[in-house]
Amino acid sequence: MTDNGTGTHGAVLQDTVPEDEDRPIVELRNAGKAYGNIRALHGVSLQVRPSQVTCVLGDNGAGKSTLIKIVSGLHQHTEGEFLVDGAPVRFSTPRDALDKGIATVYQDLATVPLMPVWRNFFLGSEMTKGPWPVRRLDIEKMKKTADEELRNMGIVLDNLEQPIGTLSGGQRQCVAIARAVYFGARVLILDEPTAALGVKQSGVVLKYIAAARDRGLGVIFITHNPHHAYMVGDHFSVLRLGTMELSAERSQITLEELTNHMAGGAELAALKHELSQVRGVDVEELPEEKDLTAPVATAGEAAS
Amino acid sequence: MGMTQHADPAVTTPPASGPEQTDGRTAERPLAVRLLARPEVGVFLGAAAVYVFFLIAAPPVRDGSSMATVLYQSSTIGIMTLPVALLMIGGEFDLSSGVAVITSALTASMLAYQLSMNVWVGVIAALIVSLAVGFFNGWMVVKTGLPSFLVTLGTFLILQGVNLAVTKLVTGNVATDDISNMDGFDQAKKVFASTFDIGGVNVKITVFYWLVFAAIATWVLLRTKYGNWIFAVGGNKDSARAVGVPVTFTKISLFMLVGVGAWFVGMHQLFTFNTVQSGEGVGQELIFIAAAVIGGCLLTGGFGSAIGPVFGAFMFGMVNQGIVFAGWNPDWFKAFLGVMLLGAVLINLWVRQSATRR
Repeated sequence: MTDNGTGTHGAVLQDTVPEDEDRPIVELRNAGKAYGNIRALHGVSLQVRPSQVTCVLGDNGAGKSTLIKIVSGLHQHTEGEFLVDGAPVRFSTPRDALDKGIATVYQDLATVPLMPVWRNFFLGSEMTKGPWPVRRLDIEKMKKTADEELRNMGIVLDNLEQPIGTLSGGQRQCVAIARAVYFGARVLILDEPTAALGVKQSGVVLKYIAAARDRGLGVIFITHNPHHAYMVGDHFSVLRLGTMELSAERSQITLEELTNHMAGGAELAALKHELSQVRGVDVEELPEEKDLTAPVATAGEAAS
Repeated sequence: MGMTQHADPAVTTPPASGPEQTDGRTAERPLAVRLLARPEVGVFLGAAAVYVFFLIAAPPVRDGSSMATVLYQSSTIGIMTLPVALLMIGGEFDLSSGVAVITSALTASMLAYQLSMNVWVGVIAALIVSLAVGFFNGWMVVKTGLPSFLVTLGTFLILQGVNLAVTKLVTGNVATDDISNMDGFDQAKKVFASTFDIGGVNVKITVFYWLVFAAIATWVLLRTKYGNWIFAVGGNKDSARAVGVPVTFTKISLFMLVGVGAWFVGMHQLFTFNTVQSGEGVGQELIFIAAAVIGGCLLTGGFGSAIGPVFGAFMFGMVNQGIVFAGWNPDWFKAFLGVMLLGAVLINLWVRQSATRR
């Protein structure tokens, strides 16, 4: 169950899954956080189980960042309880959280763009060989391991020597996720991994979130996009003004209800009104079929 | 007539017209392009060009002893350029590196002379002072978050003033006293400033140090954890910290490494000339930085090599001596260097852009 064992052999993860299937790895009970006299978070309960994706949704300023900062060890909670494996904890640094197997993948804090993929993968935890004066990087082993781990997550790169900056934003997120998984993460916190990505790249990242879940990790997926959340989520928590507005299993809620909770009733009504107006214009002016055939026709003309 | 009819069959062709089938995978680039993307290849070609140019323009260069002179000149720049280049890859500058050489030499010289002690005492003291200056630079940069340009500009001015003032205060002169008669001088001279005879050509020991240090620096940079950290703190400090790289340690130790380089070159100068001129060293820091940049190190950090600066320093030495051997007015040296620097930077820029393009 300790993260050390899982850290070096990814396979051990599978063994640990059955025994704590129903016990949450990370649990918040009525937790809250006050910065001086400002209460950023209050009465939040959250459970993260292995092989489950827990989505935390909320608009800007809803308290999502505060929540992950508590779980990832950057801040301490000031009220309620924070339990890991059933025991109350209080992290003082992100390192403490990492030692418990709680890894955070930040949106842009993950990689060094000019360094090769494999060096990025092992950065800060390099494999070495040889005695001290000539202790050197075990490059072959690192490359092989990085390649294997990335393939396990379904990421196939033909050249691990390429600077990671030449990968797309989605691929970089995926490398960061694979890295966290390899280094023994049992709980993966993803801070708005799809916020800066296009539609297709978001899809790629969602796929790897699912892959991480299938490998037995508990995932905390922070987002403000209910559509992304609903695609992979098992449990949904909606934060609003620092408190928990909704906490529901997937079976208890539909996408529409989720979106409704995200936006808030009145705001959503206004939004729907606006959207329907916009869509009305769109449908009349640019029907879908026309949209599809137009570029093909021009391509055909150019060819002939 | 035929045009309107053509439009119809075209509609059935969509599956064929799909130029994008990459889905994120890169194609293998040609070997030549991949080679050019290496930081040291551009400068290697440049150094070769300069060498060939002077072989043709200045016949005396073809002589072995002339080559030894060129290499000696290159080595005194090159030894210092190595740590400066590592620091640059680590994302920082050191503008005080030129005067720090003199500071180190002055410390060793004056301490040993004034206290009438073995010169090795001065040598050790100088090392401690150089490390302390490096530590101060690094600590200030890391703790304040100020640009290293500003911090080391401050150190540069401080050291420049202290060098002159303290020397005048202690010796009553702008230069230190001759230490060649003191205990341990001959021994120290052997270590720092001796000459070897190789096939009838006298080669200064600094040339060997230079090449050995370059080999060690390359190994450290590419094959050790520490080297990995250097690239990481220069490439993206915050990411590096987030994944557990000791950023503070790496940066401060790099500044201290520049101190070690300054100490070594300072000792060489001291035991070559027996005395030290306290006002020297100003402007040298820019030569080191220029040699590192010509050597393919990225000014903003995160990219470069230790071999590139070797060729960069060689280009400087070659031009410096080549002009003399060619019988030209040495006043042109700096102008020539400036042109070379701009040329090298442009070539580097072009090479990197065309080679790293996806």
